[in-house]
Amino acid sequence: MSARTPLLGLVLAGGGSERMKRDKATLLYEGKSQLDRAVELLARHVDRVFVSVRASQIGDAARARYPLIVDSVAGRGPIVGIRSAFAAHPGNAWLVVACDLPFLSDRALSQLLAERDPASSATAYISVHDELPEPLCAIWEPKAAAQIDALLAAGKDCPRKFLMNHAARLLEPQDLRALDNVNTPEEYVRASAGPTTTHAMQLKIQYFALMREQSGRSEETVETLASTPADLYAELKARYGFTLPREQLKVAVNSEFAPWSRPLAAGDAVVFIPPVAGG
Amino acid sequence: MRFRFTDLRIDTAAARGELLDPGAGGYASFEGWVRDFNEGREVTRLEYEAFQELALKEGERILAEAAARFPIKHALCIHRVGRLSLSDMAVWVGVSSTHRGEAFDACRFIIDEVKHRVPIWKKEHYRNGDSGWVNCERCAAAPEHRHDRATAHDHDAA
Repeated sequence: MSARTPLLGLVLAGGGSERMKRDKATLLYEGKSQLDRAVELLARHVDRVFVSVRASQIGDAARARYPLIVDSVAGRGPIVGIRSAFAAHPGNAWLVVACDLPFLSDRALSQLLAERDPASSATAYISVHDELPEPLCAIWEPKAAAQIDALLAAGKDCPRKFLMNHAARLLEPQDLRALDNVNTPEEYVRASAGPTTTHAMQLKIQYFALMREQSGRSEETVETLASTPADLYAELKARYGFTLPREQLKVAVNSEFAPWSRPLAAGDAVVFIPPVAGG
Repeated sequence: MRFRFTDLRIDTAAARGELLDPGAGGYASFEGWVRDFNEGREVTRLEYEAFQELALKEGERILAEAAARFPIKHALCIHRVGRLSLSDMAVWVGVSSTHRGEAFDACRFIIDEVKHRVPIWKKEHYRNGDSGWVNCERCAAAPEHRHDRATAHDHDAA
């Protein structure tokens, strides 16, 4: 394996915050802005941290405290922020995080660093929600720069598709909640309420058929931090080694079919439904 | 409109009786039986398991959809749970209607929807001593496709 290229930190703070209707970088969690938290977190893992901004944000007070990297073109999303970082400091790799990940943890960054593959274009997590790659908490290697140029030249700018189509090392996160982002005022209220409302809650799980056999039980009460059935399945899949990927299941909450993203409340009864075979 | 489970032999005469209606000029029924062969394997017996609370709701929804779609008088579906032997009846569907056409159509609609939507699972026991949950064991290979794809791009092993 080749010697590791030096790694710099990049906090993406150039987003439009359209759904939040206010600047996500300045949202406070435990009295500290998301941007400050993200910079401090990164600084514990890399030597230098930069903040990615749009040209119109250069004078913004919250951002101007940090070394900035300005997007080379406007309106093409976070991939341009990453590309601009490669252009500003060629030859370095980048530990990139979005500034709207209030649950991002040292544990999540440590796992990325420990399992980094410098020979690939990037090292990233698989989302626990949809099992697709998460580009905005990832290590981007220098070879990705030219690949991003090709992507942009082809009129595309989705970083997620980039990771799906290029040689990326993809990891299952140990910290299941680290990459939950916060996009709406409602999500902010919930997330910023902190540990008092995000503490573990009890859910009742019933298991049928293959799920019953693989978990070794018909029902149980679990204490969990999972806030949706998707999170809960990821947690229990890791615990019991369920063989079925979530895409092949449905889920019921309180005896009715429910979307995987439905917020769970204490006391909810959850049933994972493997492919059915009546008749 | 009624959908229900039983762990006893399905009494088709009694079930048929529930569909009688002076305005009905026709009746069609479907019986699903336990067969000794499936997907190339010799089957010796079956087990059915259901998430009954939701299955009853979904079954009733299917019967209501059938009634909305076809001009029928009555419809009933009874599904077995528990252990079944070869040739046992696993499911029974019956429909009565003014004319025969809609009875056949509704019967077909109901069994097709039940098979795909109602949370019922079937475990097959095979001649060689193996067993497996139908539609679950083989498709469990699918995540491997996904991981294969990821590791095919993964240079760690190189």
